[in-house]
Amino acid sequence: MASVPAVLTSEWTKIRSVSSTTWTLFCAFAVTVVMGVALSALLNATFDDLSEAEQATFDPTFVSFSGTILGQLAMVVFGVLVVGTEYSSGMIRTSLAAVPQRATFLLSKITVAGVLALVVGLLTSFVSFFLGQAMLGDRGTDIGAENVLRAVVGGGLYMGLIAIFSMGVAAMLRSSMLSLGILMPFFFLVSQILAAVPGAKTVARYFPDQAGSKIMQVVPDAMNTDPAPYGPWGGLGIMVLWVLAAVLGGFLVLKGRDA
Amino acid sequence: MIEAVGLTKRYGAKTAVDDLSFQVRPGAVTGFLGPNGSGKSTTMRMVLGLDRPTAGHVTIGGHPYRSLPNAPRQVGALLDAKGVHGGRTARNHLLSLAQLAGIPAARVDEVLGVVGLQDVAKRRTSGFSLGMGQRLGIAAALLGDPQVLLFDEPVNGLDPEGIHWARNLMKSLAAEGRTVFVSSHLMSEMALTADHLIVIGRGRLLSDMSVTDFISANSADFARVRVPDDGPEDRQKLTSTLIEAGGRVMSEPGGALRVTGLPLPRISELAHKCDVRLWELSPHQASLEEAYMRLTQGLVDYRSTDDAKAGLAEPPPLDAYGHPVGGHAELPAEPLEVPQEGWYAPPPPGPRPTPGSGAPAHPAAAEPSAAAVEPSSAATAGEQTSKDPR
Repeated sequence: MASVPAVLTSEWTKIRSVSSTTWTLFCAFAVTVVMGVALSALLNATFDDLSEAEQATFDPTFVSFSGTILGQLAMVVFGVLVVGTEYSSGMIRTSLAAVPQRATFLLSKITVAGVLALVVGLLTSFVSFFLGQAMLGDRGTDIGAENVLRAVVGGGLYMGLIAIFSMGVAAMLRSSMLSLGILMPFFFLVSQILAAVPGAKTVARYFPDQAGSKIMQVVPDAMNTDPAPYGPWGGLGIMVLWVLAAVLGGFLVLKGRDA
Repeated sequence: MIEAVGLTKRYGAKTAVDDLSFQVRPGAVTGFLGPNGSGKSTTMRMVLGLDRPTAGHVTIGGHPYRSLPNAPRQVGALLDAKGVHGGRTARNHLLSLAQLAGIPAARVDEVLGVVGLQDVAKRRTSGFSLGMGQRLGIAAALLGDPQVLLFDEPVNGLDPEGIHWARNLMKSLAAEGRTVFVSSHLMSEMALTADHLIVIGRGRLLSDMSVTDFISANSADFARVRVPDDGPEDRQKLTSTLIEAGGRVMSEPGGALRVTGLPLPRISELAHKCDVRLWELSPHQASLEEAYMRLTQGLVDYRSTDDAKAGLAEPPPLDAYGHPVGGHAELPAEPLEVPQEGWYAPPPPGPRPTPGSGAPAHPAAAEPSAAAVEPSSAATAGEQTSKDPR
């Protein structure tokens, strides 16, 4: 029985020894921060042009996380590659021959990569927040203000959960290309578009990214977004359910199918 | 000790492995042979618990692979030389595998030295050749110093030095009392490496015996006897004498006789008694390759056919008169052999040979002895009549 600490050490070696880890995580960080800063500066400059409703629900914390929409895509790539390259390279057979216990293997891999994504996500989140507030100047808020710390920590959790969700999907589909081909358009286009279409939005608000991103709002219905029937933690809970479903699906596929 | 009992794997309607039962014992190199697509790799994957058998089971040391305690320390496997993340260095690849089994990092450098990859240990494996990949795979198999080793086509892509090394490595592993299971489709390679052979075809067990037993069971030793070409009656006489003495005689395409069931000295004696001269009397033993080919004949899934290149053939170039250029080259080869054979047949009708290329080279055409000897070869005579328009 390969012991869990041994498998965790091994997975850590695997993850730190490929350059895709460095560049996907760096992209997630850089894209989120740069875009968050840029949009914060832009909104600060054009605040008077915003509609009244948007001015009323102006949420400086949420604005500084605007980069997440693009930055999460790099997290998706990270999550997909961690699992998908095992299949595309054929390494999965060597790995499973060494760790015949499917659950130990998959959960160790997801734990190591998930914790790493979470750490990078939290770092991204705090840096985005402070730089964003600096750009917003007088309209900015403070980390000590009510609910702001929850939103900033939540932004980090959101990034980590997106990566773990992608790992689960990649384990189900057993292919990097297929997983990216589905997840990228979904998070970048489908989810965003459906959330804006009347009728479809009642379903779309239960999508993992739509539900999960509620945690990053301090002002309810920030920036005049649609009201949701769940709170910030409720939204994150919905996202966690999605993640658990994806990981469970990935495990069942790994257990049931021939490697 | 690997033991398979009634192992069966079906993919939809196709049966890849069909009721396969065998044992791989420690202390010997067991070769696992079969044509492409016969189920070798599928069986290997089932041994390692990667694929689930449709029926039957396979155990290593009495345990199914998935419930083996600390599998990497007990079983080492090379499945696919390219089963490595190309962005990882050779050393990191092995290190991640070593950490799984609690193997110290020093052992990684040790096995890298054993397979001769110490100089490229810090290089990414995407730049590795197939041979280097095989060496890395062998290193991974050796990592845990396991008692049971599986190698799937280990010598693919290795250079001659590497093949020699791999061969000796497997033999020495077996000599240390380990179980070594090696698949290959190269019989000649297995003849040099293996002590025991398991041969499968279309997923079914064809043979499970030692290499020496395999050769004697499947080979047909025979003697090749050739009599002078000028005496068809001698050939007849010898044939009947040999059959009377209890031998089996077959005619070979070149005119020689293939005799089985009689030792060479006895054939010589019989020929001497009936006063037939022999041009050749030679012993032949079917090689392992031939024995294997005979065994798997008809069970080969992917058989090559001649490439007709029908759509690609260019029409033959025409000369100034509209005749195909080089037509005289179609002259049969027989006349050219005549001087050496001591008789000749007239050149068959056909395009006039150009000077210096064939017919004029046969002054023997005028010799009277030619007509007397001519019928000696029925085949040649028949060919002449068939080609003669008169």
